[in-house]
Amino acid sequence: MANLRTNFLGIKSPNPFWLASAPPTDKEYNVVRAFKAGWGGVVWKTLGDGDPIVNVSGPRYGAIHGPDRRLIGLNNIELITDRPLEVNLREIKQVKKDWPDCAVVVSLMVPCEEENWKAILKQVEETDCDGIELNFGCPHGMSERGMGSAVGQVPEYIEMVTRWCKQHSRMPVIVKLTPNITDIRYPARAAKKGGADAVSLINTISSIMSVDLDQMSPWPVVDGQGTHGGYCGPAVKPIALNMVAEIARDRETHGLPISAIGGVTTWKDAAEFIAMGAGTVQVCTAAMTYGFKIVEEMISGLSQFMDEKGYRTIEDFKGRAVSKVTDWQYLNLNYVVKASIDQDLCISCGRCHQVCEDTSHQAITNQVNGQRKFTVKEEECVGCNLCAMVCPVESCITMVPQTKGTDPRTGFEYGRPYANWTTHPNNPASKAAE
Amino acid sequence: MGSVRTGGLASGRLTADDYKANFSDIHPPLTRHEAFVEAERCYFCSDAPCQTACPTSIDIPLFIREIAAGNDLGAAESILKSNILGGICARVCPTETLCEEACVREAAEGKPVKIGLLQRYATDRLMEAGKQPFKRAASTGKKIAVVGGGPAGLSCAHKLAELGHSVTIFEAKEKLGGLNEYGIAAYKTTNDFAQREVDFVLLIGGIEVKTNHALGKQIDIASLRRSYDAVFIGTGLAGVNKLGVDGEGTLRGVRDAVDFIAELRQAKDLSKLAIGRDVVVIGGGMTAIDAAVQSRKLGADHVTIAYRRGQDVMKASKYEQEVAQTHGVTLRTFVKPVALESQNGFVTGVTLEETDLDNGKLVDTGQRYSVKADMVLTAIGQIFVPDGLGGADRLELEGGRIKVDQYRRTSVKGIWAGGDCIAGGEDLTVAAVEDGKQAALSIHQSLHA
Repeated sequence: MANLRTNFLGIKSPNPFWLASAPPTDKEYNVVRAFKAGWGGVVWKTLGDGDPIVNVSGPRYGAIHGPDRRLIGLNNIELITDRPLEVNLREIKQVKKDWPDCAVVVSLMVPCEEENWKAILKQVEETDCDGIELNFGCPHGMSERGMGSAVGQVPEYIEMVTRWCKQHSRMPVIVKLTPNITDIRYPARAAKKGGADAVSLINTISSIMSVDLDQMSPWPVVDGQGTHGGYCGPAVKPIALNMVAEIARDRETHGLPISAIGGVTTWKDAAEFIAMGAGTVQVCTAAMTYGFKIVEEMISGLSQFMDEKGYRTIEDFKGRAVSKVTDWQYLNLNYVVKASIDQDLCISCGRCHQVCEDTSHQAITNQVNGQRKFTVKEEECVGCNLCAMVCPVESCITMVPQTKGTDPRTGFEYGRPYANWTTHPNNPASKAAE
Repeated sequence: MGSVRTGGLASGRLTADDYKANFSDIHPPLTRHEAFVEAERCYFCSDAPCQTACPTSIDIPLFIREIAAGNDLGAAESILKSNILGGICARVCPTETLCEEACVREAAEGKPVKIGLLQRYATDRLMEAGKQPFKRAASTGKKIAVVGGGPAGLSCAHKLAELGHSVTIFEAKEKLGGLNEYGIAAYKTTNDFAQREVDFVLLIGGIEVKTNHALGKQIDIASLRRSYDAVFIGTGLAGVNKLGVDGEGTLRGVRDAVDFIAELRQAKDLSKLAIGRDVVVIGGGMTAIDAAVQSRKLGADHVTIAYRRGQDVMKASKYEQEVAQTHGVTLRTFVKPVALESQNGFVTGVTLEETDLDNGKLVDTGQRYSVKADMVLTAIGQIFVPDGLGGADRLELEGGRIKVDQYRRTSVKGIWAGGDCIAGGEDLTVAAVEDGKQAALSIHQSLHA
């Protein structure tokens, strides 16, 4: 049986599944339920200073649904905790005392003044929590007040506040990054420069979920008006994976511990983030969609996978995919695949033909000898994979690497040695180098 | 034992609640959410096989996608523009041998998209909205007579009206609708759907209706040809085949299934309908199934369908056969009736003779046995009655029905025909609708040539 125990910055947890700082971790009641359900850790919903903030009492969530109202994406306009600081601190202390083996990290967001940070750090330290996460990510509400993503969008602020936190606290510092920037490497580098022990990402993406066409107002509608919220859920996972990969493979931040967040719904999502360098994963939307019990599937699925692959610990496969992420210019231009349609599996829906014909390379027939039949025209197929992606039958269309013979489309032999764009004759830069 | 005066026939065998439950919708309509979920199953196939399989070529992937996108009325319009009787077709089409058989999900997993129920969902929404989505073109000043107000006639009339012509429908019966009104099992078209659909079709305007006008009685083709620019005949099959055994037509308890169903469909109070305790239905088509199942639903204890060939060649679809069997109807195949047994003028049983196939040819075996019956319904096929077709130009027939070309033109210039009365048809509502539509397009073209 695989060992899922995790040691992240010295913060130990029975498994890598943490609940992200969000509504599920706002109170002792929820967090205790989570630990009972099997979650390895929580990042307590963001604390602020001063008077508690006030939330709207109208709708706070919007969603995108797939078939059968499966929730694919969620957005929210809820702010940080609206409960008094003392109550949160008291509950955190109690929970950590009662659940010493589970990770309890506390998320923080106060104005960008050293005194504010100094003050709250001292109070939080007294709870004996395992670490802090700096919320430089929330794109709505708090950002209008100079906090959240307003900080996360300015690398200098990230570095400055991170440094204060390292100076005034003994606790491990995780910097939570906003995806609402152009290049995630800059805020990550700034966090590292400021002394961050780790980064966590992604926070939510600025979003308007939909327009209510009756009220002619963005959804969710709060008394006739709406505002952008933070987008999360399965739909954002690819964006998060890319940003995690960028940080994991960046020369300056390579090796910086990462707690990955963004659409983790099953064990497989978690395994992918871990393969991309994450030490723990944080989950919110999946729990908010199905409740805490889902962690059982995550634990059993990850164990099963690790057993099958012979990984004894998380460390055994952490970051294994990072070196495979490269720039486009280094991809092998001599690697050729052609689509292949398994006629036994084909149900003749014809979607592959339709999309190839209308939107791609006219490389799939719809008739052979007057009969409805879908076959690949190798002389036209560029191996783009669109047909396989739209095919409703799994494994019916596969992309087969070509190794012997000549490509009827290009006239080139298959199996030529690796060669990429940097040395390609059509690349002006490569010519200049000659 | 039935009394001497009624044999085994009796009415009011069931409670009021039983009648209501038995004759409610056999397939409950999809709810909005069910429709969404089912619509999402559609793959939006290229050159979709379901559409090819539909006699009226409804753009099925498109209307299903419209449902999935929340555009129910648009979906209904996509359906009705190919098939104005899309509502009844959604209820009575043998989808398992048409669109749903062709559905790629049938090939993939044996569970086709429920196209019929989705079509009903969309058309129901439009009917509820009470709007006619089609507008009449400017008047052409042309007058067309449509003889027969069944599916073929209604479809033809609607298309002609839409194209700007003035149409008069002549219907022999009291109501329009044809078999939809008189000939289909009640549980397939509840809440007076057939008449509501007729009203909906007529909403387009430009269609005058003359009921109780039968060909050969109140009207004849020769005079219609003189008064109208074109004539469409969609009179269906007015006659029925006879068993040809003694007692047919004289014994009480023996009647033809078409009449039985028509009476049931028009009955205001089902508890007043007499039904036997032991019912034998002779035949193997949809009418036999509808008669048998409704007999059970009226409270008959034992209902047997006797068919002279095997179950695989019954004209009733496999699905309909299943409906019969799940309603407790016994299917006896390879038997034919050779005599009606009686007592005091009432039928008491049917003598059946077993048949067999000899090199594909049906032969008698001489083995006979008796089945108890206080009611015998004959459903051995309907036939075309060419009354009133005569006159100066006789219409050419083929196999006893009107011969038409691909444009539904008869042998006589100016006369088109469609529906069950034409040769080579499939005897399906949906095919009749297509006939009417094609005839209307051809009439329109000829009037503008």
